[in-house]
Amino acid sequence: MDELILREQIVDEAAMSRRAFLQGTGLLLGFALTGASTESVFAAPASQVVENELTGTFAPNGFIRINPTGAVTLVIPMIEMGQGVYTSLSMLLAEELEVKLDQVQVQHAPNHALYVNSIIGIQNTGGSASVRAFWTPLRQAGAMGRNLLIAAAAKRWNVDPATCRAKDGVVFDASGSKHLSYGELASAAAKLPVPPAAIVKLKDPKDFTLIGTRAKRVDSAIKVDGRALYGIDTRLPGMKVAAVAISPVLGGKAKTVDEKAALAVKGVRQVVNIDEAVAMVADHMGAAKKGLEAAAITWDDGPNGKVSNADIVKQLEEESKKPGAVARNVGDAGKSLAEAAQRVDAVYQVPFLAHAAMEPMNCTVHLQKDRCDIWVGTQAPTITQSLVAELTGLPKDAVTIHNHLIGGGFGRRLEADGTVLAVKIAKHVDGPVKVIWSREEDIQHDMYRPYYLDRLSAGLDAAGKPVAWTHRIAGSSVMARYYPPYVKDGLDPDAVEAAAEPPYALPNIHVDFVRVEPPGVRTSWWRGVGPTHNVFVVESFIDELAHAAKQDPVAYRKGLLGHNPRALAVLSLAAEKAGWGSPLPVRHGRGISVQFAYGSYTSQVAEVEVAADGSVKVKRIVCAIDCGMYVNPDTIEAQVQGGTLFGLTAALHGSITFKDGRVEQNNFDSYLPMRIDEVPVVETHLIKNAEAPGGVGEAPTAIVGAAVTNAIFAATGKRLRSLPIDTNSLKSSS
Amino acid sequence: MAFTLKINGTPHEVDVDGDIPLLWVLRDVLGMTGTKFGCGQALCGACTVHVGGQPVRSCQTPVDSVGDSAVTTIEAIGQAPQGAALQKAWLELEVVQCGYCQSGQIMSAAALLKDTPKPTDNDIDAAMSGNVCRCGTYQRIRAAIKHAAGV
Repeated sequence: MDELILREQIVDEAAMSRRAFLQGTGLLLGFALTGASTESVFAAPASQVVENELTGTFAPNGFIRINPTGAVTLVIPMIEMGQGVYTSLSMLLAEELEVKLDQVQVQHAPNHALYVNSIIGIQNTGGSASVRAFWTPLRQAGAMGRNLLIAAAAKRWNVDPATCRAKDGVVFDASGSKHLSYGELASAAAKLPVPPAAIVKLKDPKDFTLIGTRAKRVDSAIKVDGRALYGIDTRLPGMKVAAVAISPVLGGKAKTVDEKAALAVKGVRQVVNIDEAVAMVADHMGAAKKGLEAAAITWDDGPNGKVSNADIVKQLEEESKKPGAVARNVGDAGKSLAEAAQRVDAVYQVPFLAHAAMEPMNCTVHLQKDRCDIWVGTQAPTITQSLVAELTGLPKDAVTIHNHLIGGGFGRRLEADGTVLAVKIAKHVDGPVKVIWSREEDIQHDMYRPYYLDRLSAGLDAAGKPVAWTHRIAGSSVMARYYPPYVKDGLDPDAVEAAAEPPYALPNIHVDFVRVEPPGVRTSWWRGVGPTHNVFVVESFIDELAHAAKQDPVAYRKGLLGHNPRALAVLSLAAEKAGWGSPLPVRHGRGISVQFAYGSYTSQVAEVEVAADGSVKVKRIVCAIDCGMYVNPDTIEAQVQGGTLFGLTAALHGSITFKDGRVEQNNFDSYLPMRIDEVPVVETHLIKNAEAPGGVGEAPTAIVGAAVTNAIFAATGKRLRSLPIDTNSLKSSS
Repeated sequence: MAFTLKINGTPHEVDVDGDIPLLWVLRDVLGMTGTKFGCGQALCGACTVHVGGQPVRSCQTPVDSVGDSAVTTIEAIGQAPQGAALQKAWLELEVVQCGYCQSGQIMSAAALLKDTPKPTDNDIDAAMSGNVCRCGTYQRIRAAIKHAAGV
């Protein structure tokens, strides 16, 4: 996959040469295309027709390029950040195109309406939506390519295309004696009219030879020997490197900067003070960091200098007493609650969380009079482009986003704040500048998973069944800031996902959302977003109800899932594989959770041991997942392993707190990641069926917290209603 | 100050202050970007390289402390038998996700196998717990080290 490393260069050179050739013709070209377009996914832009005539490259749609030498390039619309999307989306294309994965090169898509994720509505990578959104379009794109190549061969042989077949990049005639490679057919196929996507016949899933297999990742080789290039690895002629200090309090500004001392550091070239931040521009990051220290910056805190966690929680406690936007109201929960045989009430809280991806925030900018180039790994290239255009006053098509592999996204790179800051700095710098945040800046100036406070009440009948369920969620609305049109009548659909519709039979249910924005804190998407908090709350509370009803947690849930066979199936499978009910030593316990989110059904059983000092050892996680038709079971297992650990890390250690407007954590010694000596084995049991594809990347992150705290309850009798897990509260009294 | 560093068998002249971390000399001065920046405080292991055969965190290794010692980075670890075996195992077991920490993981693992060709789980914990992976590939890292070691 050398091509993956070189893709920036390839795209740039291709764009440049085409641009140069057609300068003055008024045509916008292939990869250089930017800005809004109403073209459907399958319309070949005018530019591609030109390109085809020029080079003989076969480019029937936005996703496939085959040139006469036989090189097959797949253009992948979603960015690779570890989730395996370069592989899974390539598999969808390659299956129908009839090429092997080792025959293709992968290129990241430029910004263009061709590459919009239909679930999200823009060209964003997130929401566990890549396979779900592209399952059909990429298969159609691949099939369209295959049909045209077959048609070109049939024409040359003067036979009926229906008698020909394609395999591994070669078209064969009926007898198998004649064959032509895709490269040999590319020029001829490029001249054929492209049919509408809807009439393209797709393979019957029973004939799949690639989809559903453990195909090898296409990006592994370059990631084991240092060749893979992330945004932070950008190097350009004349480029400077900048370290940055951002005001420790949101809204504050630099008060004093010792520029003289900073400029005295060898290698420091320039100090850029933009009030909200100070950048030290240097020959290399070592000098830049040293220069920042020498600058001994002091800050004016501004209006948020007194923000504290205690005040944020107090605000949530008060606001959550008022009714919110109704997410769901079925039956009469109030009346049923009043008449219930038994009532259970609880308040749950979950903290702010940072992303702490391994690749710290960074962005390289080259701002020139008539154009701006951005080298960054982003989950949101079109949003980034718009913001840069706005900031520079350039038209959108003068802003080029050179997207890169991301060293961990987790939602952080859905935000463009890092690019915006870099552009503000670049306005003061001649030539390209790479701005890199320190780990401390990365953790202290993140946009955090919101702090939520939830109030729940349930009424049980004499048999212990829940006859009433009320759930009020209070917290920041990420959606209201990020995608305002998705919020209707104050209801943030993400904030209530997996809470508005728990999988259980709940005849009387009322769920509402109170938007509370904390001052001085920026909130955003975080792997799993709404469900990361809702599933913890709902699955803990249903466990409380099982206990109140004096029933086994699995049996109790099964009794409420009779109408929901897929949820029941994952629950039963996880319980069975975990050996639910078999005896465990004292202060050991098992806990279960189940969810429907991201279009997938997931259940986990956690097995824990709680030591006398309260420390928790998670010994084993068993996960059953039904994500419908799937592409690559090995990738799913990897996502279950990794997603589980991401959520488990948060449950055990994750908390961002504020004092005097400042974040109190700053590096991996105060915002703790799980390490290899701490992690349990995660077992994955995948259900195979023909349901529509569901998302996988976030499901295990959302579900694991409740499985673990329910296991702690089983081990100790202590119900944890807040995260992270407070081990002090778990000390043995004996 | 000018230093001559022996990196992956080749001498390189650099002119930087002596307290500049080796990490930035490798990445920014010499353009060897396979070694990654993760935390700057020797807390995550992403920047692990070998100096004189020992694994060190290059973000906390001043360039003037390197002296004549041979520096090996991820770009050349495949030339050592342990490095080659680990890279092969990493591919066979599909360890990587985002991949950003994997240079450091492989460098730490290569140092482990050089001294301890047949590591136990405890050996792996001790040698690898300084390397953070936020994608959560630890289960496969452990399996791949064992696979490479034939245990």
